[in-house]
Parts: sequence; C-alpha cells; structure tokens
Amino acid sequence: MKDVKSQANKTPASGKQGGLNAEIQSRIGHQLRAMYDDVVRQGVPDRFAELIRKLDVPAADQTNNNDGRD
Amino acid sequence: MPLTDALRDDILASVPSLRAFAISLSGNSDRADDLVQETLLRALANIDSFQPGSNLPAWLFTILRNLFRSDYRKRRREVEDAEGNYAKTLKTQPSQSAHLEFEEFRAALDKLPQDQREALILVGASGFSYEDAAAICGCAVGTIKSRVNRARSKLSALLYVDGAEDFGPDDTVRAVIGGNG
Repeated sequence: MKDVKSQANKTPASGKQGGLNAEIQSRIGHQLRAMYDDVVRQGVPDRFAELIRKLDVPAADQTNNNDGRD
Repeated sequence: MPLTDALRDDILASVPSLRAFAISLSGNSDRADDLVQETLLRALANIDSFQPGSNLPAWLFTILRNLFRSDYRKRRREVEDAEGNYAKTLKTQPSQSAHLEFEEFRAALDKLPQDQREALILVGASGFSYEDAAAICGCAVGTIKSRVNRARSKLSALLYVDGAEDFGPDDTVRAVIGGNG
C-alpha cells in the first residue's frame, strides 16, 4: 500500500493524498452510487403503494376528500 | 402531525431510497423489503411524533436504521449468508465482468464494520449531509466523518491496493501502477 501511494505521488494529478488515491476514491463513490441508484430506479413496488394507501389513519378533521391520486 | 395526503405522498416518494438503503445495509432484498415494510408501518403508527417541516427522509431512515440494528443482532447469520443474493434484485443483469466487479464491491462493503458501512451509505449514496447522517445514527458529526473516512480507506485497501493489477483500463492509473515506460 505504501508502495503504491508513494508512486502515485509522482503523478501530476496528485491531490492531497495522491492521484491514485483520488482516482480510487472516485471509483468507490461511483460503485456505491451505482449499486444504490439501481434500486432507487426500481421505484415503488406495488405492495408499498398499497400499504400506504390502505393505512389511512382516520384523519377526521381532514376536509378535502379528494381521493384522486394521479 | 396527522397523515395528510401530502404527507402520504412524501412517504411514498421516500420508498425507493429506503429500499436502496435497506438493501445496501443488509445485502438481501427480501430482508430489505421486510425492513421497509416494518419501517412504513412504524412511521404511520407514530406519525404524530413527526414534526411538520422537519426532514421526513431523515426521520424514516432513522426508523429503518434502528430496526435494522435491533434485528441484525438476532439474524447475524442470515445476513452473512446473503452474499450474492443482491444481484438477483437487479433489473438489468450486468455483463459478466461488471457483475464480477459488482460482487467484489458488495463483498468488500459487507466486510466493513456496520457503523462504517451505514455512515458511508448515508453520506456517499443517499446524499445526506454529515449533520443529517449524524442525527440518523445518533452520534456526533465528527464521528460520522471519521467513520466515512475509515470506510473509504478500508474499501480502497480491500478492492484496489491488494489487487492493483486488476484495476482496469485507466491510463493514468495503469502508468502509475505498472510504471512501464
């Protein structure tokens, strides 16, 4: 690890911890977000939409009866 | 506050990221959806304790995170068995090499201590500020920062430094590692 870092410091792109480290960190960030966003893009599974719609705790003081979910 | 239509819509809008958080934490899509369901039930049951105008996603993430942690202790073995399970949840199957890379990443992520993993996901993937992440985890902002830093350097050691030759086709990096000039 030390070896790689010391070599990385020779590159012009070296930031505070070296270019290789910055490159690796950006790859890790990218992989992490790719994993996460893949699930986010799946949207809301029906079971949860149903659950939230049905679990309408009685809010008697809610005057608008607009049930229309577009 | 009462469960208004607007609030219900906001909760619904948080479901995709709650699922992503749950899957990232647990590595198991079935467990993750159970966690999300329990989170929603708990949130709806305790909706009166939600402060209008405060950060709804952070509130929901806090519930999910606490459920996961209490559940995790009971089910540690199941969570550890889940390796590889995650890929089945992907809508688009990645190509084989991308798939391998993904499996490696997932395995490395699972090797992090739980404190570090959750901090990294909250800040690095969910996009919470350090302050929000600290509130979700019930710790100091400085603690979150150091957990995120430790998570990043551990991942980089697990994924890249040990197997530097496998790093991939990046000219700068290849030049640096190979030193062939």
